Amino acid sequence: MLELGILLIKVIFVLNLALGLASFCTWLERKGSALIQDRVGANRAGAFVESDRWYLKPALPFVRALGWLGVINTLLCDSLKGLWKEDFVPEGASKFLHALAPVIAVLPIMLAFAVLPLAPDFTVAGHTVHPQVAPIDAGILFVLAMGSVAVYGVAIAGWTGNNKFSLLGALRAAAQMISYELPMGLVFVALIVVYGTLDVYTMVEEQQKLLWGFIPAWGIVMQPVGFVVLLLAGMAETKRGPFDLPEAESELVAGYFTEYSGMKFLLFWLGEFAEIALFAVLLALLFFGGWDIPFVELPKGVWWASLIGHAVLMAKVVFFCVLQIVIRWTLPRFRYDQLMNLGWKLLLPISLVNLAITAILKVVL
Amino acid sequence: MSDGKLLEIDVGVGGLTTSARPRALGDDLHSETMIVSMGPTHPATHGTIRIVTELSGEKIVDADVDVGYLHRGFEKMCETVDYNQVMPYTDRLNYVSPVINNFGWCLTVEKLLGIEAPKRAQYIRVLLSEISRVSDHLTCLGASAMELGAFTVMLYMMEAREFLWDLIEEVTGARLTVSYGRVGGVKDDLTPDFAEKMAEAFKKVRAHLVNSDRLMTRNRIFIDRMCDIAVLTAEEAISYSLTGPMLRGSGVNYDVRKAFPYSSYEEFEFEVPLGSKGDNYDRFLVRFAEMEQSLRICEQAITRLPQGPIIVEDPHIALAPKDEVYNSIDGMINHFELVMYGVKPPKGEAYQAVEGGNGELGYYVVSDGTGKPYRAHVRAPSFIHMGSMRKMLLGANISDLIPTFGMVNMIGGECDR
Repeated sequence: MLELGILLIKVIFVLNLALGLASFCTWLERKGSALIQDRVGANRAGAFVESDRWYLKPALPFVRALGWLGVINTLLCDSLKGLWKEDFVPEGASKFLHALAPVIAVLPIMLAFAVLPLAPDFTVAGHTVHPQVAPIDAGILFVLAMGSVAVYGVAIAGWTGNNKFSLLGALRAAAQMISYELPMGLVFVALIVVYGTLDVYTMVEEQQKLLWGFIPAWGIVMQPVGFVVLLLAGMAETKRGPFDLPEAESELVAGYFTEYSGMKFLLFWLGEFAEIALFAVLLALLFFGGWDIPFVELPKGVWWASLIGHAVLMAKVVFFCVLQIVIRWTLPRFRYDQLMNLGWKLLLPISLVNLAITAILKVVL
Repeated sequence: MSDGKLLEIDVGVGGLTTSARPRALGDDLHSETMIVSMGPTHPATHGTIRIVTELSGEKIVDADVDVGYLHRGFEKMCETVDYNQVMPYTDRLNYVSPVINNFGWCLTVEKLLGIEAPKRAQYIRVLLSEISRVSDHLTCLGASAMELGAFTVMLYMMEAREFLWDLIEEVTGARLTVSYGRVGGVKDDLTPDFAEKMAEAFKKVRAHLVNSDRLMTRNRIFIDRMCDIAVLTAEEAISYSLTGPMLRGSGVNYDVRKAFPYSSYEEFEFEVPLGSKGDNYDRFLVRFAEMEQSLRICEQAITRLPQGPIIVEDPHIALAPKDEVYNSIDGMINHFELVMYGVKPPKGEAYQAVEGGNGELGYYVVSDGTGKPYRAHVRAPSFIHMGSMRKMLLGANISDLIPTFGMVNMIGGECDR
C-alpha cells in the first residue's frame, strides 16, 4: 500500500513536471522570442489587476508581476481561449480519429518521462525512494519507442484533416521523424556500449566518475560526436527550429494541424513543447551528467542532497530548452530534400562510424 | 488520394495551361499528380494572388499564376479626376514606396507640360525616392526571410523600415498613403532638422542591416534555399521584359536612373549592383547591395541640397501663395481655375519611367487638352515579373515557390492596379 502511495506521488510529480516544463517552454518561446526580436511580448493580462478584498491584497503584487512577465497571458489566457473556441471538425473526416490524433501526439511524450530519473535516490523514514516512475529494463529504448508512437498522431492528424496541406505536412513529418530516429537510435546504441547499460539511472551514475582523475566522465566527453548528432536529430524529432517543415507556415499553412482548432490545436503545441522539454532532459541526463556537479561530492541517500541534485538537473534542462528556442528563432528552415540529405547522407553515416569507433575503443581500452 | 473528389478543383479562371485531369506518372506504379491551389488566401501570398500548382510528390509539374484579385481599375479612375487628384491613387500602387509612384506620375505630367521641377524639388524627390526604395527592399527581403522561417530577420528589417518611415512621415505628414508629389514639384519642404534626423535614422538602419546581413547572407541554410533556384539567364530575363532587381540579378546592367536619368539622377554617384547567375540568391544580393547605394544617394542629396522653390512658380500649374490669391484679381482667378479645372497640359502623349522598388515603373498618359487625362496606363513591374513565375517554378520544389515568389516581390496594388 505504501509502495503504491509512493508510486502515485511519483506519477503526479513527474506528470506535473512534464506539463510544467512544457508550459515553461511555451512562455520561454513567447517572451524569449520577443527578447530576441526586439519586441515587448505578452505583458498585459493580469498586469493591472485590482481588488478590494483584503484576503487577495497580499497576492496582488505577485499576480501583477506574473502578468507583466506574460506568464498569465501564456499559461492561463491561451489555454482558456483554446477551451472556449469552437472545436471544428472538417467535413468528411472521422470524428474519432480527428480527436485521437492530438492525444497520440501528446501522450507518448508524457509517457517517455516515466523512464527518466529526475534526482538521485534518497532515504526517508527508512524507505529508499527511487525518483523514477518506471525503472524498466528497456530504459532508454522506451524513450525511442515513444518517439516513434508520436509519429502516428501526426500522420493521423494529417490524414483526417482532409486537406492537401495537412496531408503534405503529415507525409513530411512522418518521413522526417522516421529518418531522424535512425541516427538518434544509433547514438543511443553508442551510449549503451559506453555505459554497458540500458537504464538511464545507471548511465547517470556512471557519469559521476572522473576520467583519468580530473575530467568528469560526462557523456559529452565520452561521446562528443554522438552529442552533436543527437542534438540535430532531436531537434528534427521535435519538428522545430530549422526543421519545422511539417508545419512550414509559409508553404503548408500550418502543416498537419491545419484543420485543427481550439484545444485540440493547443494539444499539438503542448506535445511539441513537451518534446522540447523531454529532449532537454535527455540531453542533460545522457551527456551532461544529470544531477552531477563536477568535482563536488554530495552525500548519498540524503533528501537534501537529492533536492540539490534535482535542482542542478533542472538548471541544465532549462539551459537546453533555451538553447533550442534560440536556435529556432535564429535560423531559417531547410527544404525537404536538404533535410533528407542531412539525415541520411550525413548524420546516419556519422553516427554509424561513431558507433563503430566507440565499439572498437570499448574493446581495446 | 484515390478519392476523386479531392482532385476536383476549379482552375478555369485564367488556367489554360493547367489541366485538372490527373496525369499518370509512372507505368509500374500507379500515381497521380495532385493539384494544390495556393491562394488567394494563403500565408505566403502576401498580396492577393493564386498559384495553382500541379505537384508530383513535392515537385511542381505545372503552375498557373492567377493575378487580378486586387484590380480596382486604377487606369479608368485616372480618367475621372484631374492630374493632381490622381496622386492618392498612385499611392496605392506599390504601397511600400508610395512617393516613387507619386513622382513617376508627376514626371509624366511634367513631360506633357514641357516643364521641369525646380532643382530643390528634384533633389527632395531623389532623397525621398531612395529612402522609399530602401524601405521597399527591406520589406521584400524581410518578408522573404520570414517565409523561409527566419522570423527574427523580418522583425529587424521591419524595425529598420520604421526608422525610414518616420523620416517619410516627418516630411510628408503620412506614413503609407503620402500623396506628396505635385505636378511641378512637391507638396512641402523638408523640415529644418531633417538632416540630423536622417543621419541618426541611417545609423540605426545600417546597424540593423549589418545584423540582418549576419543572419542571412552567409547562413548556410539560407544560401542552400536560395542558390540555383529559379534561374533566369540574361536573355530570358530580357525576353520576359523583366526590370529592376530581377533583371540586374541576371546580370543585365539596366537601371532607369542610369539609362534614362530623371530628377537629376545623373548628378549622383552610385553603383548598380549586378548578379551573375540569375538565381534567387543573386536577386537577394542585388537588393541588399542596392540598399546601401540608396543610402549613399540620400546622403549626397542632403549635403548638396540646393536652395530655391520646391514647386514651379506658374499659377496655371501650382497653387500660388495665399496673399497673392487674396490680394490680386489675377491670383484669385488662377487659383479658381486651377482648383476647378486642374492643370491643363497640351494635347499629346507621354511616357515616363522611374526606377521603382521592383523595377521600371512607367506611366503612359494621353492628354486631350482638358484638365483630366484622356487615357492613362501604368507599366507595373510586378505584373510583368509575374509573367516569368511559371517559367521559374517549373521543375522546382514546392518549397522553392516561397523564395521565388518572395524575390519577385509582387505587390498586389501595383500588379493588379
